[in-house]
Amino acid sequence: MRRKHRRMGLLVVALTGVASAAALALTALEDNLLYFYGPSQVDEQGLSTGQRFRLGGLVAYDSVQRLDDGMTITFTVTDMVEEVNVVYVGIVPDLFAEGQGVIANGMLDRDGVFQADEVLAKHDENYMPPEVAEALEQAGHPVQ
Amino acid sequence: MHRFANPNRFLRLSAAVLPWTAGLSAALMVVGLYLALVGSPPDFRQSETVRIMYIHVPSAWLAMFGYASMAVASAVGFIWKHPLADLTCKAIAPIGAAFTALCLATGSIWGEPTWGTWWVWDARLTSVLILLFLYIGYLALVSAFDDPARGLKAGAILTMVGAVNLPVIKFSVDWWNTLHQPASVSRIGVPAVDPSMLWPLLVMTGAFWAFFIALVLLNTRAEILERKIQVLRAAQAYGASA
Repeated sequence: MRRKHRRMGLLVVALTGVASAAALALTALEDNLLYFYGPSQVDEQGLSTGQRFRLGGLVAYDSVQRLDDGMTITFTVTDMVEEVNVVYVGIVPDLFAEGQGVIANGMLDRDGVFQADEVLAKHDENYMPPEVAEALEQAGHPVQ
Repeated sequence: MHRFANPNRFLRLSAAVLPWTAGLSAALMVVGLYLALVGSPPDFRQSETVRIMYIHVPSAWLAMFGYASMAVASAVGFIWKHPLADLTCKAIAPIGAAFTALCLATGSIWGEPTWGTWWVWDARLTSVLILLFLYIGYLALVSAFDDPARGLKAGAILTMVGAVNLPVIKFSVDWWNTLHQPASVSRIGVPAVDPSMLWPLLVMTGAFWAFFIALVLLNTRAEILERKIQVLRAAQAYGASA
């Protein structure tokens, strides 16, 4: 066997080893690598009252309400299967809107309401000019 | 491939190609920047912030391509011992690092108005930060040896091991819940970017690619010439002492 081939074999074996090690580590860490949990995952993960986590999903239509104090906002996060009600005191990002993705950081209270202290808007992968979005809406295919 | 691995032939060839890639990059950059900043519409949700994408996305692609080409060069150097491969790898590193930094900076500037935060530790952002550390680690490692050849060899091994990070970056948005959105352009089926925004992006991508190639050629030439000077100096010193 030529030295060139031996080096090639060594490289393949070493890289396979490194790649499998990385794959195993990432699989083991799976739950910790999730940046947020969807409403359905909240029960699965057994997240209980007082545990901090990030809740992600879509802001349900007709769920956003601003309370009279002008600072408190309530809305429902949905993944189209389960829903969680969220209360947040503060300013939401410009892109926060009904039907759009959102990630809230906080914890569930005793009534099962998610008390958020940070709200981030999640942007989706669609990019288009306003006229196109409008045309899609008129044609009955709104984006989300 | 052995034909191009000859440093002198590379110096001749690259001298001929360099002005063309540099000129192409400049021309595409002018057209691309005009399209990106003036000639394209604002986005229906992000409005003008969308224009950051025309810098961010090409930088991100080059950050990953730069590292991938370093890994291939390292493998070629490791297996076939081509004299040029390790030098090319070293020449790409600072350029790839710069594009990675540009990608992270523009992403952060886009994230603040869009997401409402400059930075989050989600899988995509964190894996790209690791990519930047790999680039910087490579540069530090290569320059830490007195014997440049040994430094290049150690750097090549680091580069090949670090290549594991590339698929993690690419698929992080599919494997895990992340704040970062999934891929738009390479989405199977129709791209999720409207043609009026896709064209400026593609022109800017072409400009960035030509710029990248020109820089890599320039830097590789510099590495070869530096090596030649070292050899000449060593020969001179030997001649003087003999």
